[in-house]
Amino acid sequence: MELSCRDLAVARGGWPLLSGVTFRVAPGRALILRGPNGSGKTTLLRTLAGLQPALSGRADPEPGMIAYHGHADGLKSTLTATENLRFWAELFGTSPDVRSALAAFGLERLADRAAAHMSAGQRRRLGLARLMVTGRPVWALDEPTVSLDTASVTRFASVLARHLDAGGAALIATHIDLGVPGEVLDVTAFRSAPPARGQGGAPDGFGNAADAEAFL
Amino acid sequence: MRALLLRDLRLAVRSGGGFGLSLAFFLIVTVLIPFGVGPEPGVLARIAPGALWIGALLAVLLSLDRIFALDREDGTLDLLATAPIPLEAVAATKALAHWLTTGLPLALVAPGLGVLLNLAPAATGWLIGSLLLGTPALSVIGAFGAALTVGLKRGGLLMSLLVLPLYVPTLIFGALAVGRGGAGADAATPLMMLAGVSLGTVAVLPFATAAALRINLR
Repeated sequence: MELSCRDLAVARGGWPLLSGVTFRVAPGRALILRGPNGSGKTTLLRTLAGLQPALSGRADPEPGMIAYHGHADGLKSTLTATENLRFWAELFGTSPDVRSALAAFGLERLADRAAAHMSAGQRRRLGLARLMVTGRPVWALDEPTVSLDTASVTRFASVLARHLDAGGAALIATHIDLGVPGEVLDVTAFRSAPPARGQGGAPDGFGNAADAEAFL
Repeated sequence: MRALLLRDLRLAVRSGGGFGLSLAFFLIVTVLIPFGVGPEPGVLARIAPGALWIGALLAVLLSLDRIFALDREDGTLDLLATAPIPLEAVAATKALAHWLTTGLPLALVAPGLGVLLNLAPAATGWLIGSLLLGTPALSVIGAFGAALTVGLKRGGLLMSLLVLPLYVPTLIFGALAVGRGGAGADAATPLMMLAGVSLGTVAVLPFATAAALRINLR
């Protein structure tokens, strides 16, 4: 699945953060978002996932194709690993192949353990396993490797590589090298000018489409 | 939607889910009233319909912030918003789950608590009926209030201020139906008004709830 985005402008809390975001990623490749804290990576991912409207511009594919994973894992601590995953599988209308999703992240032995009794890394792995049961072709991941140990990062990278091999796509805000084929997008290139008082704020000349194409 | 409903019911009955808390609260409020107003059976019987309805209403209020706040905290709300079911359906389903775990049990235990307040025996049926008809409105209005305040830390007090005025019609018609029914008068009109309030809120408010959630997710 090809990812593309044209002249997208995003805002957080009414403040324009990024404007003129333009990229195109070939099928089977990931888009790695980079930029310092507060540069708008999360806002861009949330906008693409349909959690907030864009100020302007358009993006493909539509949010209905995207599985989002944010800072929080979205787990219910009183439900077991299997119950958590099965719920998402049913909600997304996919056949609940919960067992293989658990196995992919090395969680078979924790299948019947309540999420409350898992470590932060185990919870993160379970949260990432949810991506597999959604059946969606595009993964939008916000710092997916937080609290994962080295072995788990490798495991996650291989799951991600398999997803891309199978024709999927991924947008990932991360600071570590996952070793998956992909382009890097530095979001600071699209930073908006701070808005004038009382106005919506206008994008400056920083991030225009030509720059972006050249960058990729 | 079925998956979401079953999950919410399951969470409610598991430890820390809050099922039973509002029932216990209802019991305590009802028990406290005779201490406050004195034990004269005539006085208690006269205030019983209103007191029981206020107790049920406060018990519902107590459980409202669980509807969306927990899902917001652990990130589930973001994921629900990106799931293939519309947010309006999420709002309606969660309000239904709230009613099944709060309003319905309250209606079922209310007759037992009516005895504590010397409620006229003839009013018992009207009490159950009016609570069954009226509590759906409490859950749906409450879900709307919970959605409005979901992004706020410690938003419970603000939510109470927003929600309680909206509960007034339900309280008036609910208590009136029980009082009139117990006195042998015609209680059909307040019951129909009660049902009207519930149907109207059930039809409209899930959309408002979803809109409030969308704004708070930004």
